[in-house]
Amino acid sequence: MSDHKTFTLDEEPIEFQDGDTIMDAALRAGAYIPHLCHNPEFEPHGSCRVCVVGVNGRRVSACTQPAAQGLEVENNSETIKQERRALLQMLFVEGNHVCPGCEKSGACQLQAVAYYTGMLDPHFTHFFPRRSVDASHAEFAIDFNRCILCELCVRASRDVDGKNVFSVSGRGIDSHLVINSPSGKLGDSDFSATDKAAQVCPVGAILHKHTGYDQPIGERLYDRQPISVVGDVAEYEGKDHD
Amino acid sequence: MNSVENVNDFITELTTVVGDRPEQLLQYLYRIQYQYSYIPPHAVQLLASRLGLPEREIQGVIEFYSFLHDTARGDFDILFSDSITDQMLGSRTLASGLCERLGVRFGEPRADGRVSVDLTSCTGMCDQGPAMLVNGWTVTCVDEARIEAIAGLIETAVPVEQWPKEFFQVEDNIRRRDLLLNSPRSNGSALQALLNQGSEQILDELDKSWLRGRGGAGFKTAAKWRFCREAEAQQRYVVCNADEGEPGTFKDRILLNSYADEVFEGMTLCAGVIGASQGYLYLRGEYRYLLEPLQTTLERRRQAGLLGQNILDIDGFDFDIDIHMGAGAYICGEESSLIESLEGKRGIPRKRPPFPVTSGFRRQPTVVNNVETFMAAAGIAAHGADWFTAAGTGQSTGTKLLSVSGDCARPGIYEYPFGVSIRQILEDCGGGDAQAVQVAGAAGLTVPQRDFERSISFDDVATGGSFIVFNQQRELLDMVQNFTRFFAHESCGFCTPCRVGGTLLKNLVDKVHAGRGTEADLQQMREIGALMRDTSHCGLGSTAPNPVLDTLEKFPDIYHSRLRDSRYEPAFDLDAALQEARQISGRDADAAPFEAEQ
Repeated sequence: MSDHKTFTLDEEPIEFQDGDTIMDAALRAGAYIPHLCHNPEFEPHGSCRVCVVGVNGRRVSACTQPAAQGLEVENNSETIKQERRALLQMLFVEGNHVCPGCEKSGACQLQAVAYYTGMLDPHFTHFFPRRSVDASHAEFAIDFNRCILCELCVRASRDVDGKNVFSVSGRGIDSHLVINSPSGKLGDSDFSATDKAAQVCPVGAILHKHTGYDQPIGERLYDRQPISVVGDVAEYEGKDHD
Repeated sequence: MNSVENVNDFITELTTVVGDRPEQLLQYLYRIQYQYSYIPPHAVQLLASRLGLPEREIQGVIEFYSFLHDTARGDFDILFSDSITDQMLGSRTLASGLCERLGVRFGEPRADGRVSVDLTSCTGMCDQGPAMLVNGWTVTCVDEARIEAIAGLIETAVPVEQWPKEFFQVEDNIRRRDLLLNSPRSNGSALQALLNQGSEQILDELDKSWLRGRGGAGFKTAAKWRFCREAEAQQRYVVCNADEGEPGTFKDRILLNSYADEVFEGMTLCAGVIGASQGYLYLRGEYRYLLEPLQTTLERRRQAGLLGQNILDIDGFDFDIDIHMGAGAYICGEESSLIESLEGKRGIPRKRPPFPVTSGFRRQPTVVNNVETFMAAAGIAAHGADWFTAAGTGQSTGTKLLSVSGDCARPGIYEYPFGVSIRQILEDCGGGDAQAVQVAGAAGLTVPQRDFERSISFDDVATGGSFIVFNQQRELLDMVQNFTRFFAHESCGFCTPCRVGGTLLKNLVDKVHAGRGTEADLQQMREIGALMRDTSHCGLGSTAPNPVLDTLEKFPDIYHSRLRDSRYEPAFDLDAALQEARQISGRDADAAPFEAEQ
């Protein structure tokens, strides 16, 4: 027992290995820390800040903070939950997220984490940005209204597919996802349905065409169980379920 | 401006000067911008194929830096410095006056392409403002007469090189000298000390001197150099952070102008200690005018055997310095963003750990220090730790250069031993009528009159050097508005709290400033501010709400005196929302079917 390195997550001991972040160890132990831009298959990013936890009175992102022996990590306290709600509310007002009209509803991590943290309204003033939809690709559509800049598609396309289809342009509140093709359209890029980048979007920004509502709303992943139990949608859809 | 047809030749020529590597991308773009007034699409294609980068990634770099544009600016591209100090000196009125004379609208080039006028973040000329940049060149002391002359020069298309020299005169304005500015010029004496004493002894001296980083963070310099020296590596790098972007700070400008030898000597000393053979000076784009003089100094040092191969004739002591230009991004003053920018990328702060001392430029151990820190280190090597610790207080040893501006009779550079009181500084600079002083810039603290006995030090009021005086007549909310706009503009956009929170905060401050705010808005400002402070990815985001949080606590009246007497006021301003429709329809506010509530 003494061989194992541990820290505590809300007073529960969590074992970790050298090189683990707090998130790595928590995921392995089956403990849930809400997150959006993190996916264990990719380099940690630390941009959405939803996985914020308390360590020694400081706030750190669990996905980037190295685990260390004896750390006392605060995860589900009321203060942290409140901070996560505010971060989620910011993401909601920054884009145009209309859950009732979104094909991803019920299988969307943004929506699921919002439910999990008890977010009931957007609280902040909506930006109502003017963003476009790119339906130029035969099999996929991109709705930029729903992009939360997690850069998972950027990382997947660059690091796994070796295609660099996506990148981020602009600065500050004008930051936005762009497509590396001569016209800037997805249909003009070498993006394909088998790309890893096609399977990682945690929200309804990158959508498979021709499959809309195959699974009725009400019967989707997060309609049945909370995200804290079933985990990320990308991981779930990557497995075989009968 | 040059015809874009020769962009091919221009780029080919550039490759021979700066080299054909992706990490030179920003340097290419910077030069292309000033050659053509924008980055022509053809240049992006050429660079993409030459450097093996996707075109959109190059576009992403262009869109990140304020001074780079993908559409043509005017042949004369004018940027008024929008620091609060410029604003206090009447810059906004002068800027709109110029626009009126030239018949040009803010942000849009004139139809004939002759001129464009816009605002830019503080250009570091607060002691001789209002200031502007014309095609990247600094113009100081702008007044009505100068505006009239400039409008004439533009209308008659006189090239900027032929404009009156006095427009571009930048004064040092050194008002008080102490240890650093008084010490004998060190042409090689610090390096000679390294030769005589060896690296360990120099590190011990630095350690004893208690020198801490002058950029504001205050990390102990000896420890930083030692970590870097001890890190396993193929290569190590020395980087001087001359991206002096904190509004109200301009002391590095003086050091680079009149003490460049001491700064370069400090960098070379660091290289000798940690074992680096290449260094970089990252110079903010606003200090374009310093580039050639700095390059001349570097060349002179090479000739003198103080830089280059076998420095001081020591076999194998090789070190050289390149200057990299920034292109209008405050975030690049953060050391890991600076390194990203040095590598030619968007200046997004890296995750920490690892820290630059173990994984910095090209993922190799890198020391990044402020201009003033390198100069102080050179002084300590040459004169010893005791020379340095003779000044200062407690763990804040030595002196600090302060950039004093705002409502005072004698703005300029003041070098004080740490521990000096704010009252003393105000007395010396002639700021007797102060209601408050903003110390450490937009990210700093507003010190009210009752706290003027407080002192400048790492343990009391810490600062990278900015000291802005506000007299009794000033509206402090103007300052808060200027700073929150600045931070919203300068946020890199990587993390949620700073990207979204910064703009929400700016909109709320604007709402209160316009007299439409309520108590609920103030409460929301506190919530957003605390969230940004606690959860942001980097120091920019966590200090961006300081002006709001600090003044809400210390100067609540500047907010309350403007609040609407109602519990709730919608963020939606109907009158403002109708503006666009009015412009399109050509109907003015009186004729529109809506009357603004008085």
